[in-house]
Amino acid sequence: MTDVTPTDSGESPETGTSTAVEESATDAAAEIPDPHALDDAHAELLARFEDELGAAVLDTGKAFGMPIVRVQRTEWRRAAEVCRRTLDCDFLSFIAGIDWMPAPKEGGDDAGGDTSSPVQPTETTYGVTGSDGRFQVFARVQSTTHNYGLTLKVDVDADALLVQSWVPVYPGADWHERETWEMYGFVFEGHPALRHLYLPTGFEGHPLRKDYPLLSRVVKPWPGLVDVEAMPGGDDDAAEPAAAEPAAAEPAAAEEAS
Amino acid sequence: MISLAVDIGWGTTLAIKTLVILMIVPATALILGYTFLLKMMSHMQSRLGPMDPGGFHGWFQLVGDGMKFMQKEDIMPAQADRRVFAMAPMVVVVSTFLIFLVIPAGPDIVVKNLNVGVFYALAVSSLSVIGVLMAGWASANKFSLLGALRAAAQLIAYELPLLLAVIGVVIQASTLNLQGIVLHQSAGSIFGFDGLGNPYILTQFVGFALFMVAAQAELTQTPFDMPVAESELVAGYMVEYSGFRFLFFFIGEFGTAFAFAAIAATIFLGGWALPASWGLSVGAMRFIGPAVLFVKIMFVAFLMFWVRFTYPRLREDQLQALAWKVLIPIGLLNIVATAILKVAM
Amino acid sequence: MSTTNPPLPEFDIDPRAFRTLADAQMGVELDTGDMILNLGPQHPATHGTLRLVVRLDGERVIAADPVIGYMHRGYEKLVEFRTYPQITTLINRIDWLSSFANEVPFIDAAEKLMGVEAPPRAQYIRTILTELSRISTFVLFLGEMGLQVGALTPAFYGFRDREHVVNLIESVTGGRFHPNFNRVGGLKDDLPWGWVNETRTVLKKIYDACDVFEDLVAGNEIFAARTKGVGIIPPEIGAAYGVSGSNLRASGVDWDLRRDGAPYLVYPDLDFKVWTHPDGDSFARYWVRLQETRESCRMVLQLLDAMPSGPIMAKVPRIIKVPEGEVWTEVENPLGQMGYYVFSKGATGPFRVKIRSASFSNVSILPWMLRGVFVPDVITILASLYFILGDIDR
Repeated sequence: MTDVTPTDSGESPETGTSTAVEESATDAAAEIPDPHALDDAHAELLARFEDELGAAVLDTGKAFGMPIVRVQRTEWRRAAEVCRRTLDCDFLSFIAGIDWMPAPKEGGDDAGGDTSSPVQPTETTYGVTGSDGRFQVFARVQSTTHNYGLTLKVDVDADALLVQSWVPVYPGADWHERETWEMYGFVFEGHPALRHLYLPTGFEGHPLRKDYPLLSRVVKPWPGLVDVEAMPGGDDDAAEPAAAEPAAAEPAAAEEAS
Repeated sequence: MISLAVDIGWGTTLAIKTLVILMIVPATALILGYTFLLKMMSHMQSRLGPMDPGGFHGWFQLVGDGMKFMQKEDIMPAQADRRVFAMAPMVVVVSTFLIFLVIPAGPDIVVKNLNVGVFYALAVSSLSVIGVLMAGWASANKFSLLGALRAAAQLIAYELPLLLAVIGVVIQASTLNLQGIVLHQSAGSIFGFDGLGNPYILTQFVGFALFMVAAQAELTQTPFDMPVAESELVAGYMVEYSGFRFLFFFIGEFGTAFAFAAIAATIFLGGWALPASWGLSVGAMRFIGPAVLFVKIMFVAFLMFWVRFTYPRLREDQLQALAWKVLIPIGLLNIVATAILKVAM
Repeated sequence: MSTTNPPLPEFDIDPRAFRTLADAQMGVELDTGDMILNLGPQHPATHGTLRLVVRLDGERVIAADPVIGYMHRGYEKLVEFRTYPQITTLINRIDWLSSFANEVPFIDAAEKLMGVEAPPRAQYIRTILTELSRISTFVLFLGEMGLQVGALTPAFYGFRDREHVVNLIESVTGGRFHPNFNRVGGLKDDLPWGWVNETRTVLKKIYDACDVFEDLVAGNEIFAARTKGVGIIPPEIGAAYGVSGSNLRASGVDWDLRRDGAPYLVYPDLDFKVWTHPDGDSFARYWVRLQETRESCRMVLQLLDAMPSGPIMAKVPRIIKVPEGEVWTEVENPLGQMGYYVFSKGATGPFRVKIRSASFSNVSILPWMLRGVFVPDVITILASLYFILGDIDR
C-alpha cells in the first residue's frame, strides 16, 4: 500500500473509463497499484448506477478510489432520485459549482516575479470526466449503511445557466443550491426560494467565477515577498525631519526622476 | 422599643429608623453579593474572584462597583416609556425596604413589631412583580417583554407555595407576630429536652424545603431564572437598564435575598434568639442577637446560592407545572398535617 | 415534570397548524398576533455571529430562518490565489476549536495527488494531535452546553480542563488555537522531550473530568428534563440534510468515517468503539459526545504505546507543485464530516477547492427542526448541535 514514488507532474487518466495505467515504465517487474482503482463496493455501485440511468450517463471516471459520473442536464434530478431511492445513498454531502475557465491574470507578469498568485496553466482542461463548457455543478452523495459514495457532475449551459434542483429529493440541497447560485449564478429550477445565503441581499456579481477578481488584491496589490524588516529607529516610512541640504538633494533627485 | 436614658421624640425616632433601614439594605445587598456571588461562586468554579480592590481578597469590589454605577450616564431607549421606565426600579427597591421593617434583630430591635408581621412581609414582597412588569414593558424591547411576562407568571405562581409553607409555622406558633414566633422557638422544647429550644425547622422540615424552593423562585434565581435567563435573554427585563437604575435592581435582588433569608432564619431557625434554657439576659441578647441572626442568615443564603450556581434552569412550563402540580399540594398536605398534630398534641 | 414536544410534522405540513390546533382544543378563537424576534447576530447562545429570525406565537416558534454569512471570509476564492503551504494557514481557521483536525484532510489531498505518503511516525503524531483536538473541543462542549441550559459552573470546568489539552498542543506545535503544523509530506517538527509522559497525565485528568461532567450535568434531573425529548432528529431526515458526526450518531446511525470511510491516518490500526444512541434528542447528543471523549482518550493512549520512531517528513521538493488531477478526502472532524474536493492543474496552488464543512449542513436542518418548539428549547437545540461559526461561514 505504501507507494512513495515522487511523481514529476505526471498526467493522471483524463477522460473515459480508463483502466489502471502504470506510471513508471522502468520498473516492469513490480506492479505499482493504481491509486485510482475502485474497490468492489464502489465498482458495483458504479455499475448499478450506469444500469439505472443508461444513456443519461455521459461519462464516468475515477479518482483515488472514488467513482465520478457525468450525467445529462435533463436527467440531473432523476440521477438524484436513483441515488436516494435505489442505491441507498441517503446522505447528501454537498452540491457545488466549478468554473473551468483559467483565471485572467490581474496585472504583473510571471517574468517580473509577480507573486500575487500561483501560476496556473492558461489552457483549459476539464478534469477526469470532461465537460461541455465552462460551468459544471458537481455533487456528492454517500450511504450511511453501505460504505460507498458517488460524485455526480452535470454541465451547465453557459447561455441558459439552468440546473434542475435536488430539493424535492434531498431537503438538504436547499442551502447548497442557494450558495451555488449566489457564487456562480446558476438558477436551480424547482428550488423553493433562491435567495442569498452568505452574501448580503442585493450583492452584484457572482464571486466564485474566475472572471470576478479577488477584490482585496485589486484594492491593494500583493507586495510579494517582503523579507527585510527595517531595524528599530530606521523606519523608511517615518516622516523626514527638515533636510540639512535640500539644495544638493533636489537636483540629484530631479536628475534621477527624469 | 429600646428605652434610652434620653427621651427623643417620635419624629426623631422615625428619622433614625428610616436612616438605619436605608443604610442596612444596601449594606446587606453588598455583603451577600460579595460573599456569595463574587467569592463563593468563584471558588466553586475553580477561580479566585476579585482579589485586588481593597487589598484583602477584594472586599471593596462591590462598593467600587456601586460608586461606578452611580456616576454612569443615564441611558434610556428612545422608544421607552420614560416615566414608567424610571419608576420600575423604585417599585422593586421600595418593596425590598418594606420587608425589612418587621424583621426582628434582638429583643426589642425591630423597626415596627407588627402583630401581623408574617402576613405583612409576604404581602409586601409581592409588590416587586409590578416593578418587573413595568420594567419589561417600558423597555420597548422584545427580549425584555418576554422576560417580564415570564417573571409575572412565575412570581405569581410561586407566591402560593411560599405562603403555604409559612402557614404551617404560624399554626404551630399560634401567632403571626415575628417576635412571638422567635420567642416561642426559643422557649420551646423538643419532647421535654429544652437544650436547643424548638426551632421549627425540625417539625416543619417540609415547610422549610417548600419555603426555600419558593423563595428561590421569588428571587428569580436559578433553577428558576427564566425571566433573567442569561444565555437567552441576557438579563431579560433588566437588559435596558444601566447605571444607577441597574444598581437599584441589583440592590433589590440581593436585598430581597437577604430579607427572605432573614424571614427563613426567623421562622424556621429561631431568628435572633438562642435557646432560653441557656439563660442569657435580655441585655446580653441586645448585643448578641443581631450577630446570631446574621450567622443564621448567612447559612440560609449559603444554601440558596449554592443551588443557584449548580443547577441548570427549568423551562417555563416545567416551572409552572412544578409550582401548581407539586408544591401546592405538598404545602396543603403540610398544613393539614400540622393542624392535626397541633390539635392532637 | 417533563413535557413532551408536539409530534414532529412531516416535511410539508403547514407549521401554522399548531396554533389553530391549540385554539381548537381550547374551543376559543384567539386573535393573537405573531412576534418576530431576532436571536443574534450578537447573542450569547448562538456561538458566534449566527442570526436566527424566529416568528413566535407567545413562547412557541412558528417558523425559524437562520441567516448566516456574517463571518464569510471567502475561503474558496482565497485558496485559488495561494500556494498549498499558505492554504494550510488559512484552513486552520475554519473550525477554530479543533484546528489541527482541519488541516489533515487538505494535506492528505495534496499528498494523494502528489503520490507522497508521510512516514509512519508522522501519521501517528497526526492522529494523536487530531484526537487531542477532538478531546479539547468536546470537553469544552460538555461544559458550555450546561451553560446554555442555565448551569453556570460546568462552563468553567470545561474551559479549565480544555486548558490542559491546549497546553499540550502548544508544546508540540507552538500554537494553542492555530497550530499550522502540517506540511505536505509530514509535519514541521517532532515531539518535544517528555511530551508523551505529560500526555498520559493529562489524559488521566480528562478521564476524571468526564466523570465529573457525567455526574454534574448529565446526571442532573433538571438537565435531563430540559434536554430529553427536545430537538429530535430522525435519522433519515438528518442524513438527507447532511447532518453528520455525533449529531447523526445520536440518532442511532452507526456511521463513523474513521472506521467506515476511506482509510486515512492510523485509524485502520486502532481498536475503538463507535458510540450511538437511539433517541436522537439533545440529551443523546450530549451523551454521545461524552462517550466519544472517553473513547478518544483511550485511542490516544493506544497511539502513544504503539508510536514508531523514524523521520517525520517524507522527501518532497522544496517548492510543492501538485500534479494535475482531482481528489476528494473526507474525515471525521469533531463537528462532523469534513471534506475537501481539490482540483489541481499542476501548479503550486490548487485550481479549485470545495470545502465541505460539517456545521453548514448541521445548521441547515434548523428551519425544519425548530417548528413548534419553545424559545428555551431553541437555545438547547443550538447548544446540542454544536456548530462553529467559522465552519458554517468558511
